[in-house]
Amino acid sequence: MKLVKAIIRPDRLPEVLRGLYAAEVYGLTVSRVRGHGGEVEKVETYRGTTVKMELHDKIMLDIGVSEPFVDRTVKAICEAAYTGEVGDGKIFVLPVERIVRVRTKEEDRAAVTPVR
Amino acid sequence: MFRRTVCFMAVLMVFVPAAFAQEADAISGADTAWLLVSTALVLLMTPALAFFYGGLVRSKNALNTMMMSFVALGVSGALWALLGYSLAFGEGSAWIGDFSMAALKGVGLEPNGTIPSLLFMAFQGTFAIITAALISGAVVERMRFPSYMAFIALWGLLVYAPVCHWVWGGGWIGEMGALDFAGGAVVHVNAGVAAMVAALVLGARKDYGREALLPHNVPFVLLGAGILWFGWFGFNGGSALAADGIAALALVNTMLAPAACLVAWVFLDYFVTKRITAVGVATAIVVGLVAITPAAGFVSPTGAIALGLISAFPSYLLIRWRTRTKLDDSLDVFAAHGVGGISGALLTGVFASVAFGGAEGMIDGNAAQVGIQAVSILAVAGYSGIVTFLLLKFIGLFAPLRADAQSEGLGMDISAHGEEAYATGEGAVLLNDEEAPEHVNGLISVT
Repeated sequence: MKLVKAIIRPDRLPEVLRGLYAAEVYGLTVSRVRGHGGEVEKVETYRGTTVKMELHDKIMLDIGVSEPFVDRTVKAICEAAYTGEVGDGKIFVLPVERIVRVRTKEEDRAAVTPVR
Repeated sequence: MFRRTVCFMAVLMVFVPAAFAQEADAISGADTAWLLVSTALVLLMTPALAFFYGGLVRSKNALNTMMMSFVALGVSGALWALLGYSLAFGEGSAWIGDFSMAALKGVGLEPNGTIPSLLFMAFQGTFAIITAALISGAVVERMRFPSYMAFIALWGLLVYAPVCHWVWGGGWIGEMGALDFAGGAVVHVNAGVAAMVAALVLGARKDYGREALLPHNVPFVLLGAGILWFGWFGFNGGSALAADGIAALALVNTMLAPAACLVAWVFLDYFVTKRITAVGVATAIVVGLVAITPAAGFVSPTGAIALGLISAFPSYLLIRWRTRTKLDDSLDVFAAHGVGGISGALLTGVFASVAFGGAEGMIDGNAAQVGIQAVSILAVAGYSGIVTFLLLKFIGLFAPLRADAQSEGLGMDISAHGEEAYATGEGAVLLNDEEAPEHVNGLISVT
């Protein structure tokens, strides 16, 4: 089992979700985050105060998947989140010790297999 | 609003020597007080519109959308005083005024009707401002701000002023006997058609039809609708140009028609979607207000209720249909203002009643009035559509009308204004003048 953690552009989220559903990845958590990845910075001015915004709005996806789903999950995100500009995001794949589905107490692989 | 005034002035001009007219036209304290208040009420409608429109767009475009209304307060307001007022209300011909009152030459404290000329000019100016701002709803989230400013500046002079002259300034539509109490044709059909044409010329937003483009702040939409209603009491009530019974009638009708439209809309919403929506209620209020605008001082209060109920249907159905088409009139300016204005202007011809200050309408046995109303709608819609199209093409020769795809994706707030509606301030680094970098559309270019 792996935890796929992906950081993407907010405006790519609809595409990424569509890609993940197409790859039959249904269980996921989305958070709004702010971060910096070396992309171009935004300049803003408020009443004469000019500032450089170093943190950008990003979306973070947390997806717990069983081994056969790891590659297709990563591929789906990579394809859907791509724009070619600096700041498209990162994907981290982390090992997971144990997964429990709260409702049924199913563990591990059964816990991340979607109920249809 | 001017039917009575125009007749009155015509009588004065023909039969009464000028010196005598001065005496007959004394300033009334009561009328002046009401018009002073009305002018302020109508001016407030433009910031209200900013909230109404601003709530309906995505958060990354909230400021840009609100700025499109706010900038009209400056551009359209100043140009109205400098030139627009003279083109609309100067003697001129049946088609357009003249330059006799350019830069407010000769517009002073002397009476115009029973209020000071300057006050009449300012009251009319608030109409010119909101009419231009209304159009912005069709081009939000994608139009370049400088091109938008150029557009509303020229539109106010080349479209609004002549149309205003036709109907209220002594031009041919007013002479023909068309009834337009406070601007069904002049303001709403005019802006609605211009909006649809502008949406067609600009093209749809890049995400339109692919992603759900949802309102980011529905409470703002309700706030805007509420303040619009409040301001509209000045828009319609003030259009009586007096503190009299007609003003009271117009105010009562302005309360009742949106109320009826709201009820009809709620039922439509419930039967069509099984839900009664807040955005729907806000839209219904605006549609009801638009529809009663041409009729406010001409129909009975029960007529206003009927008018409000009926006018909900065409606008509701058009909005449902429009969202399924390729036409990205983003905030449905045509459905709400164009079609609402058309329904209202036609129904004015139906419900107008001599007993309530209007001419004879269809119900009183004068079906021809509906025909006169239809001619005025077609003329205003045709002129507004054609000139708006030519104006946008003309501006397009000098500067792009649309923002590039990157700016649109980033959001117009940052790319056009360098500000965010909901900035947290986290991660903001203060820059000195020496450090302030060259930027393109709000982004520092990577070297």
